[in-house]
Amino acid sequence: MNILDRRLNPKSKSLGNRQRFMRRSKASIQEAIREAVKKRKIADVEGGEKIKIRTKSLREPIFVYGRNAGRRDYVLPGNESYQPGDEIPKPKSGAGGGGSEGSPDGDGEDEFVFMLSREEFMDIFFEELKLPNLIKAKLKSMRSPLPVRAGYSVDGPPSRLNQVRTMRNSLARRIALSRPTPKEISKLEDEILDADEDADHDRALHLRHEAERRAFLMKKIAYIDPLDVRYNRYERVPQPMTQAVMFCLMDASASMTEELKDLAKRFYILLHLFLNRHYNAVDIVFIRHTSTAAEVDEETFFYGRESGGTVVSSAFEEMQKIVKARYPVEDWNIYAAQASDGHNFLDDMPRTLNHLTEDILPICQYFAYIEVGRHSVGFTETDSPLWQGYKALDEAHSHFAMRRVKDQSEIFPVFHDLFSGTKTAA
Amino acid sequence: MPNYLYESAEWTFDLVNKAYDAVEEVALGDLGLNVYANQIEIITSEQMLDAYSSIGMPLMYRHWSYGKRFAQEELLYRKGHQSLAYEMVINSDPCINYIMEENSMTMQVLVLAHAAFGHNHFFKNNYLFQQWTRADAIIDYLSYAKNFISDCEEKYGLEEVEVVLDNSHALMRQGVSRYAGQMSRKSMTPEQRFKERRRYEEETYNDLYRTLPHQGSKDHNLVLEKQQAQNVQLALGLPEENLLLFLERHSPKMKDWQREILSIVRTISQYFYPQRHTKMMNEGCATFVHYEIMNRLYDKGLLSEGAMIEFCHMHSSVVAQPSFKHKRFSGINPYALGFAMMCDIKRICEDPTDEDKDWFPDIAGGGDALTILRNAWAEYRDESFILQFLSPNVMRDFKLFAVDDQAEKPVMKVRAIHNDQGYREIRQELARQYDVAYQEPDIQVVDADLNGNRRLVLSHRVRDGILLDKTECDRTLQCLAQLWGYRVRLLEVESQSGKTLKTHDALPMP
Repeated sequence: MNILDRRLNPKSKSLGNRQRFMRRSKASIQEAIREAVKKRKIADVEGGEKIKIRTKSLREPIFVYGRNAGRRDYVLPGNESYQPGDEIPKPKSGAGGGGSEGSPDGDGEDEFVFMLSREEFMDIFFEELKLPNLIKAKLKSMRSPLPVRAGYSVDGPPSRLNQVRTMRNSLARRIALSRPTPKEISKLEDEILDADEDADHDRALHLRHEAERRAFLMKKIAYIDPLDVRYNRYERVPQPMTQAVMFCLMDASASMTEELKDLAKRFYILLHLFLNRHYNAVDIVFIRHTSTAAEVDEETFFYGRESGGTVVSSAFEEMQKIVKARYPVEDWNIYAAQASDGHNFLDDMPRTLNHLTEDILPICQYFAYIEVGRHSVGFTETDSPLWQGYKALDEAHSHFAMRRVKDQSEIFPVFHDLFSGTKTAA
Repeated sequence: MPNYLYESAEWTFDLVNKAYDAVEEVALGDLGLNVYANQIEIITSEQMLDAYSSIGMPLMYRHWSYGKRFAQEELLYRKGHQSLAYEMVINSDPCINYIMEENSMTMQVLVLAHAAFGHNHFFKNNYLFQQWTRADAIIDYLSYAKNFISDCEEKYGLEEVEVVLDNSHALMRQGVSRYAGQMSRKSMTPEQRFKERRRYEEETYNDLYRTLPHQGSKDHNLVLEKQQAQNVQLALGLPEENLLLFLERHSPKMKDWQREILSIVRTISQYFYPQRHTKMMNEGCATFVHYEIMNRLYDKGLLSEGAMIEFCHMHSSVVAQPSFKHKRFSGINPYALGFAMMCDIKRICEDPTDEDKDWFPDIAGGGDALTILRNAWAEYRDESFILQFLSPNVMRDFKLFAVDDQAEKPVMKVRAIHNDQGYREIRQELARQYDVAYQEPDIQVVDADLNGNRRLVLSHRVRDGILLDKTECDRTLQCLAQLWGYRVRLLEVESQSGKTLKTHDALPMP
């Protein structure tokens, strides 16, 4: 007899089967996920999902007997009171029928329920979306983890020996243990010679003893002890594949209600999730503005209250400042998403547009403008000032996109549109 | 001073080793079992799910349907609707036993007794397994199959291979030869097999059309046609019940690698064929063996009372038989019936009643129950075992009754109950219920036109008016048509009158 412990065998032996299964039912899984995303809260998007798919592709037909013709005899257990000749009403479903047939009753319905892991869910969720202009995948980003100096360690390969550290420790130890230096020894020898010449025997003897003692110490106390040796320590720090910064710009003036902010928030969450998938490091910068703009933390961004007018250009100025200070364009992929209800002081429009075309758009990978809510004057719906202003940009720049969102369920489709490879507006 | 094998519920490798030796002593010594060498493998629940989904084989080629099964089982398991089996055992030499790491020590002893000795003995000794399976070769064959299919996937593409597998899986149940003479058990390399196939094709090539002189007379032509038809039948070995074998040999369009895939599917199906015939006996044998071994260990003072109570609890849930009205009823529990019948044989041998002496004059009071049982395990399958050994006592215990269920009527009629008039009828009926030939539709290839429109004709012999499920049948037939490459027709023929009740057609899609 042989006992083997298989528990540590590589996991997921059936991964290949799983992949084949997923590939086969891909279309229906995608459909199911789209449904699921519409329904569930976007904050919970990142998580496994039990999904139900309907598909023809998972059928495994075999020849089986049908249920609606012919005569069957079978033996059942548990007769309490029947006599030969008695009649028993048939059970409604197949529950009581003799167990000889394994086929499920409901045909036609090819419903199949199973769990998707988080990874699988997200993979499919994002599959159709392509990041536009992924041009800044910088060369350095292709590098694997880089060793970075991280202090010293007491062991390591000889090639990493840090001589300065080692010698410093050695010196300190030699001083502390008062190891005689060669200079002291030679000085002592000179003194012995002097004493001999002077025929001062006592002194010579004394000095000889001293010399012996020192020679002994010198022998005992190593010049470099294993204790002194230090090596350079390196840590392998993964280099970000690419890094991105996402600027969230939002109008914080009173006209933005909680509801509208909530809509905007969902858009940002989705954008962040998405960027997270594609970049190892994603920074987020929140800039809110009324008539002036400021960088704020997330909490303030979404929930802080402020009143005042609306000057969009101030946000762009702030953004530009931050980019200059912290996110050099050569190293960072810059994404910006602006959410607003469309208001802007009319006086500010020329400046806003100018800023956007001259300063912001050239440094952005992508600029998305989301207009939330409805802009109406009196009873007629009209385009908001920002919308009117941006329209021209939309046509002129391939990496500028604008959409209107009125309801929570519209966010994903909008997002999908924005990032689905080709630009629909173009 | 008790001399228990183990005290705590936690198992360790040492304890399992020690328990194995004790179980082995009882199994081989007291019960006289004859088993393949055992290989015990400890696995996790995830690995058990893996094993579940790839039809219980340690290695298997890749296919989406196994992924589908895994997803299903996993969901059931994770949601707590279903617990996993404690063990799984492979009919191979050495016999591979998977046991779960979550099992308590008592469970480990139980599964060793159940699988490593009960099932193992059955696999090694039952005539069906001896006839149809080669325990020493199956693992090698599976590994060959897996490599062959992944090579094909590389060469011809995932989708190409998948189509062939899908289609042949649909016919897997019809990919079995029921008569031993037909199956060559020679092991051949694929090259040899291709060669053999080519040789067979050359030998059976029908060249009559070209060589025969043209005769003017109509009669002569008729005779000739008839002769030809007969020759075709002969050449193709019709009628043929092994659809996969037929397609593998005669499908006009298939490539060699596709034929080999059919052969793989067919071989695996054939390997499981004895298991379908002996489900009840196999489980009954294993259950009986574990019950005997556990009790004998307890008698020897090797198991504590606590362990014994734990065992009794598990054992009784394994052999529970809900009544047909119960909401958890799902047919007759093979563990329960097999175990009850085997215990009853023991009782009849050792302590027979007058009734037993009437029914089983050969064995009643014979004393040596284990010899009778070992013989039964070796020489019978479910159907014949029931026909031979189902006693009135067991029928009474199970309160068995036979019903007659006609599809068009709203009620079922009770035909026989467990009384003197009913015993034999129930026994016969139950035996038939366990006969694989009755459980599955009898479908055969009856005609194939290799020269004209190449239509393939199959027939389903309809018994008791039970027709095939139409949707499933059409879908399966479609698979068959894909493999054959031309039109396929299935006739449902009444077995007594020869009347055709229904016709299904399928055309291959490009």
